[in-house]
Amino acid sequence: MMFHQSILNTDATGIAIEWDRLAPVLIVLGAAVVAVLVEAFVPRKARRPVQIILSILAVVASGLMTLMMALAPSDYISNTVAGVAVNLDPAALYIQLAVATSALLGLLVIADRTVQGEDAFTPQAASVPGSEYEDQARRAGLVQTDVYPLVLFATGGMMLFPVAGDLLTMFVALEVLSLPLYLLSGMARHRRLLSQEASLKYFLLGAFASAFFLFGSAWVFGATGSLNLYVIAGSMTELGMDPILLVGVILICVGLFFKVGAVPFHSWTPDVYQGAPTPITGFMAACTKIAAFGALLRVLYSVVPSLKVDLKPALWTVAILTMVLGTVVGVVQQDVKRMLAYSAIAHAGFILSGLVTFTTDGLTGSLFYLFTYGVATVGGFGVIALIREVDGEGHMRGEATALDQWRGLGRRSPVLAGAFSCFLLTFAGIPLTSGFVGKFAVFSAAFGDGAWALGLTGLACSAVAAFFYFRVIVVMFFSGEPAQPARGGLGIGVRTNGLTQVAITVALALTLVLGVVPGWFLDFTQSLSYFIMP
Amino acid sequence: MQNFPWLTVLVAAPAVGALVVWLVPGPVRRHARQIAIGWSVVVLAVGVAMATQFDTGGGYQFVERYCWVPQFGIQYYLGVNGIGLLLILLSLLLVPLVLLAATKEQSTPSRQAHYAALVLVLETFMVAVFAARDVFVFYVLFEAMLIPVYFLIGSFGGENRRPAALKFLLYSLAGGLIMLAGVIAVWTQGPQGEQGFSLDALTGYEWGSVTEERLIFLSFFVAFAIKAPMYPVHTWLPDAAQAAKPGTSVLLVGVLDKVGTFGMIALCLPMFPNAARWAAPVVIALAVISIFWGAFLALGQTDILRMIAYTSVSHFGFIVLGIFAFTQTAAVGSSFYMVNHGLSTGALFLLAGFLIAKRGTQDMTQMGPGLQRTTPALAGTFLVVGLSAVALPGLSTFVSEFMVMAGTYQTHRWWAIISALGVIMAALYILLAYQKIFTGPKREDLTGVRDLSLREAWVVGPLIALMLVLGFYPAPALNTLKEPASDVLSVVDGARAPVAVLPDSSDQEGGE
Repeated sequence: MMFHQSILNTDATGIAIEWDRLAPVLIVLGAAVVAVLVEAFVPRKARRPVQIILSILAVVASGLMTLMMALAPSDYISNTVAGVAVNLDPAALYIQLAVATSALLGLLVIADRTVQGEDAFTPQAASVPGSEYEDQARRAGLVQTDVYPLVLFATGGMMLFPVAGDLLTMFVALEVLSLPLYLLSGMARHRRLLSQEASLKYFLLGAFASAFFLFGSAWVFGATGSLNLYVIAGSMTELGMDPILLVGVILICVGLFFKVGAVPFHSWTPDVYQGAPTPITGFMAACTKIAAFGALLRVLYSVVPSLKVDLKPALWTVAILTMVLGTVVGVVQQDVKRMLAYSAIAHAGFILSGLVTFTTDGLTGSLFYLFTYGVATVGGFGVIALIREVDGEGHMRGEATALDQWRGLGRRSPVLAGAFSCFLLTFAGIPLTSGFVGKFAVFSAAFGDGAWALGLTGLACSAVAAFFYFRVIVVMFFSGEPAQPARGGLGIGVRTNGLTQVAITVALALTLVLGVVPGWFLDFTQSLSYFIMP
Repeated sequence: MQNFPWLTVLVAAPAVGALVVWLVPGPVRRHARQIAIGWSVVVLAVGVAMATQFDTGGGYQFVERYCWVPQFGIQYYLGVNGIGLLLILLSLLLVPLVLLAATKEQSTPSRQAHYAALVLVLETFMVAVFAARDVFVFYVLFEAMLIPVYFLIGSFGGENRRPAALKFLLYSLAGGLIMLAGVIAVWTQGPQGEQGFSLDALTGYEWGSVTEERLIFLSFFVAFAIKAPMYPVHTWLPDAAQAAKPGTSVLLVGVLDKVGTFGMIALCLPMFPNAARWAAPVVIALAVISIFWGAFLALGQTDILRMIAYTSVSHFGFIVLGIFAFTQTAAVGSSFYMVNHGLSTGALFLLAGFLIAKRGTQDMTQMGPGLQRTTPALAGTFLVVGLSAVALPGLSTFVSEFMVMAGTYQTHRWWAIISALGVIMAALYILLAYQKIFTGPKREDLTGVRDLSLREAWVVGPLIALMLVLGFYPAPALNTLKEPASDVLSVVDGARAPVAVLPDSSDQEGGE
């Protein structure tokens, strides 16, 4: 009770703010505010470079701060940062680091544009697709730079999400990370109707999920009289199986499952992944997943461990359903982005199967998995962003995402196809890629905990999923040119300023290094695999 | 020289060669294949040099051991005993021969370079897998081998290569995945610690419960049975062998499939002796079914490559039978069988490749009849190699097949007698094939077909010579294999009451 009093009744001056511990979040959010001012005051010509440099610097600085804290966690971990609004746990630090890494790579992909100066975003998001106004905006050479502050706000929310110390902070972080993403999803330069549809769906379903989360928080507040996570955890041991509390916790989990993309709250994923501008899809698929899992970890590991026996059946069901549905539906996809969306669902299930063991091994496995999956996802969508349609006259058009258009890509753009194959191999969990180490870690945690059903389902699903990953490789390298030209023309790697290539290279290097010599990084992950208990 | 990292050199050298062959610039690219042949001969020489250092009574040798992922008990841990050594030498020998045989198989220099590079990559994995002493590393290599083979079949094969490559991949992946469950279980249920995956720690390990040991055994065994391949999971092999280039099949059947039987004797038996005893009756029954199933289907084939593939299914039945008979004679016989089968079937596939190149068809009924009149040398070689598959006395295959049956007879009398009938069927399928292709009157339309060239003779010559040498003087090989076999059996015997008959192998060594 004392905690929640202190939140609600203290004036700001009464709370000690640990600036260093909050720096990763504050740097990004501060830079976001500055970026908004840049939009207003910097001349149009200089805006884009300024925005790119500002946002990259902010994410790098924030990542370095996190890394510094993660290397000496005992000096920094604290559950009373900014009053009690922020809990800097070791595991949360790791999540922040993972978010910062993926966000940095994602930003590189977002900031890239073709040698003709075309980025992935519509010059005027407000224009009606196909209208005269849109055409004018394009011919006037308008450039969309609102993207950068939006991405920074989202990243800031993601950095705050896993360290939130009370449900209200968590909710605010959830909204700060979600709202910019709703907007960003609707800004694709090509196929704008699809993009706007994605945006609207994401917004409606996301708002719904947020409402679940908020509603659950209210129930929990009703049962425990507090929003502080530790107080809730404390009352939970006292109250036990209190129905109001249980309903509240389940509703909160529903909200988080939605963000994670777990079945049965996954239905937004394919449409949004497909419709959103590809760089945004990559950013969102990696960072949102990491951050949302971070929040889920916090709720499951530090708040409800006393309920874990009661929650396990439900969590197991969700994990198994998620793995099975993601893989089975993934098999029949004909669009590369949609396929990766279902693969993302399946991966959420794999991560869940390690996470729901409530063991240190499971936590380490999930954290490692999240980091490597995030990096590989940004890389994979980075490649997709570069594969464009070429029509009969050789004009570059939108992204070629239909699997048919990828036929023979291995001959037209061997390097990109090779890189994409590596990302697919890591998604499939082939040995010597980081994906394999992650899968090994989570499944061995599941087996070790006696969760045979989870582990075996996971293995079976990995096998099925490997089929659709390999199918793409086969299409790229082995299939000849299609008899009749694919709709919209064949895909080919486009020449750009090179930022995406940097991101892909880094992601590839990390994927392979963490697959071949994972020892040091597993050590690092293990050293951060715990939550501080009150 | 025992401290020299022989195995790492043997593992790394082909990989380096592959990289060189892959990256050679345009003008030199025409000679990529020659570079690869030269390189693989050098690697073979290194392998032979290593073998001279080998001490036949010294257990696992050339051991190299480094920590890799201590969190999961994974080590970079290599070492060979007699079985591993001979199988490594077999792989090293077959690679240059396959490359030498593959001149006309690939159209352009660039494709030749790719083919050679893939074969060298495969060589790396083959050496490593037989040397791996860490279960996890073994598993990774077991899976990694699929990639070069998949490309070798899928990009370089003949008609229907893609479905065949996919079928091969799916079967192997399914097996690999079942094994992965076992590998994970070995970690979670096993000794754990920084050496949790080393075979030293796992040999004779006391598993938590009988069911646990049996389940983990099964997960490994199924993967190995698919790889071997045994009835009823053998169906990928004929398709793959038919669609692949004969050179690829040499490595696929001659070496790769041995990983399955090698895994049974080097992993399954020492790690799960009780479960192996428990499963032995079923495994032996399946092995005998394999012997006959393979032989029957071989009789019915018209495609020469498919036929050879089915004969291999039959031969693998013998190998598995010997492994699960649990006698010294049979175990040594099976190990020796693995090597001989590589020589014999390798030579058979290579000859089939020459025949196909000369006649432009894989159909035996269209190759002949009457080819013998125009190509006597080829016919003679085919007959000798074919008879080696029948285990003709005087050839090394006879020694191993005899030992397998004699050893099996000590514990499983009736199975041994039944399996002896398989030898008759082997004679049938080989001689019928010979008849279809070679016998008959001289035909004018065949006069253009050229006989065995010098290059081709150099390809099969070494294999036939080795079979003859080992046929008349098998003692060196048998001595090398004796200790590993008794080591394995002592674990299996130690696990439960000793076997009723403890065979004495010394009088078998004279062979013929």
